[in-house]
Amino acid sequence: MQKAIYQSVFNNKVLFTFILLILLLAPLFLSDFRLNLLGKFLAFAILAIGLDLLWGYTGVLSLGHGIFFGLGAYCMAMYLKLEATGGKLPDFMTWSGMQELPLIWLPFQYPIVAIILGILLPAAIAFLLGYLTFRNRINGVYFTILSQALVLVVVTLFIGQQNITGGTSGVTNFETFFGFHVNSSSTQTVIYLITVVVLASVFLGCRKLVKGRLGNVLVGVRDGENRMRFLGYNPSNYKTFVYTLSGGLAGLAGMLFVLQVGIISPTMIGIIPSIEMVLWVALGGRGTLIGPVIGAVFVNAAKTGFSESYPEYWTYFLGALFVIVVVFLPKGLMGLVEMIQERRRKVDVKQSGIKESNIKESSSVEVEKNYS
Amino acid sequence: MTQIILTLFNGLSLGSILLLIALGLAITFGLMNVINMAHGELIMIGAYVTYVMQNLFLNYAPQQYFDLYFILSIPIALLIAAGVGMILEFSLIRFLYRRPLDSLLATWGVGLMLQQLARSIFGAPNVGVQSPSFLNGGLEVGTLLFPYSRLFIIGLSIVCLVSIYYYFYRTSSGRRVRAVMQNRQMAECLGVSTRKVDLITFAIGSGFAGVAGCALTLLGAIGPTIGTNYIIDAFMVVVVGGVGALFGAVAGALGIGFFNTVFEYVTNASLGKVLIFLLIIAFLQWRPSGLVTSRSRSLD
Repeated sequence: MQKAIYQSVFNNKVLFTFILLILLLAPLFLSDFRLNLLGKFLAFAILAIGLDLLWGYTGVLSLGHGIFFGLGAYCMAMYLKLEATGGKLPDFMTWSGMQELPLIWLPFQYPIVAIILGILLPAAIAFLLGYLTFRNRINGVYFTILSQALVLVVVTLFIGQQNITGGTSGVTNFETFFGFHVNSSSTQTVIYLITVVVLASVFLGCRKLVKGRLGNVLVGVRDGENRMRFLGYNPSNYKTFVYTLSGGLAGLAGMLFVLQVGIISPTMIGIIPSIEMVLWVALGGRGTLIGPVIGAVFVNAAKTGFSESYPEYWTYFLGALFVIVVVFLPKGLMGLVEMIQERRRKVDVKQSGIKESNIKESSSVEVEKNYS
Repeated sequence: MTQIILTLFNGLSLGSILLLIALGLAITFGLMNVINMAHGELIMIGAYVTYVMQNLFLNYAPQQYFDLYFILSIPIALLIAAGVGMILEFSLIRFLYRRPLDSLLATWGVGLMLQQLARSIFGAPNVGVQSPSFLNGGLEVGTLLFPYSRLFIIGLSIVCLVSIYYYFYRTSSGRRVRAVMQNRQMAECLGVSTRKVDLITFAIGSGFAGVAGCALTLLGAIGPTIGTNYIIDAFMVVVVGGVGALFGAVAGALGIGFFNTVFEYVTNASLGKVLIFLLIIAFLQWRPSGLVTSRSRSLD
């Protein structure tokens, strides 16, 4: 009994506060380099939560979240670039012979506009694609393929329009953010802390969302879309909403990413990175909120470790991880944890059952066991 | 005028390549509801088989027989790709039939590993394959020049299409495939071994991907990522064409090939891609489940 209380308390609030505290205190014991990496992973974790809302709870797999991430990142990068050049033309534009700032870049002179657009723009694109596809009941694999085609299209566009987007080399060389030096260690620490706070609030917000009525509807859509329709819900609206929300969260993650990494280029948002994002969620455990966070940090930490020592084996590892997770761990690491807990609970039941059987007749215990 | 005809011709040849690739995808998707993301890597295997054959002939065969290598590589690419497809189906995909999205992810993982394997064996840079001499040059009609290599590809896909049509609609084995496609449980009840049908169909689809890879060597250098360049367009063919009938795949492939070429001719390569994507989305507003669908009363 005591153990059970201890477990349930430990699982939720205490654990959350504990992790949050560790993350907030991390600047004290991590070097600048490691802190920067951790901040990057946590930015990815924000995206993973959004992706999990879509995939884990609503059952819609998107292979195109790199694009929403990228749009957010490019919005922030355009602002940073303009602030670095002091409102003049960025270097890659002068190289490709542009005379004045293209119209698309103009709103990004103002940081607030850039930040708002960094969330709204990806959300709007997600809304459009979601509305046009879900409305027609284009579901499952069809939608997944379309979302992947979106990646191909946008990446080709970004590479092709070199004079506006910087082409394959992307946008980089930033200096200041709201007047603070981007690369100085104190600014980086503040950005890291902002990331942690944003992640925590996104986590809590999404938790409230999925624990409520909406979350139940989403799971209903995932497990039996037609049944939800018969009950009078319109699954397309819910899917479009979650897709939009998830796109916005990806944009938010992209902005935080660019602030910490200092570069964004088409290779970071292409097909392979987009599908890697799905792996974070799959490995951590879809349908739980903490899972994607763990998955994002774990996979990226592994990637950093691998690429430092054996870059070519990373691809093998990544491919094998996909197969292993899908075949053996469909619920991810969180599923594994759950399984272990379940097993422990069963042992508990057995032990208490044995004690009771000393008093009662043994046959009744047998019957109980059959039902459980 | 000449430009228009040439654009049409290029669209046709792109469409025929897409058809070769998409045939396999459409069949396996219609049959098992499985999207094989490693399909692109089967194309790559076909292309590298041709490359290896070429090297073998260069080193060990007398000069005058060199051209034979290409003719020989087509059936060999077909067999090897079909074999790899069979292994894939047997070892992985059959466990994931009920989970289409998961099978998509797992096969993508396999594709990634195959790509890296090719990179380790043949190196990351692209390698060139020398076209056989009888495909050099082109057919001159007035002022127009149709390259023999592209004509050959069109012919090859027609041969494949005809043979798969024959298999599907004229043999008992093909009838079983169609039966499983239309109603799996009922076919099973009537004694069709669905496991065998799945395996064979998957192998056929993979084999065609191998042939497509072989054909692609005529168009340019090949590399480990050669498949990914075509695979997404091929998926689009499946989405647009719908599943359940060969006609859908043919119409989808030719349509996408044609519009792709036209848009890229009118604008540029990157804007053309955007336009074709918008066109597909617009098309799906009109026909959400593709051109050809097999009707049934089942809900999911």
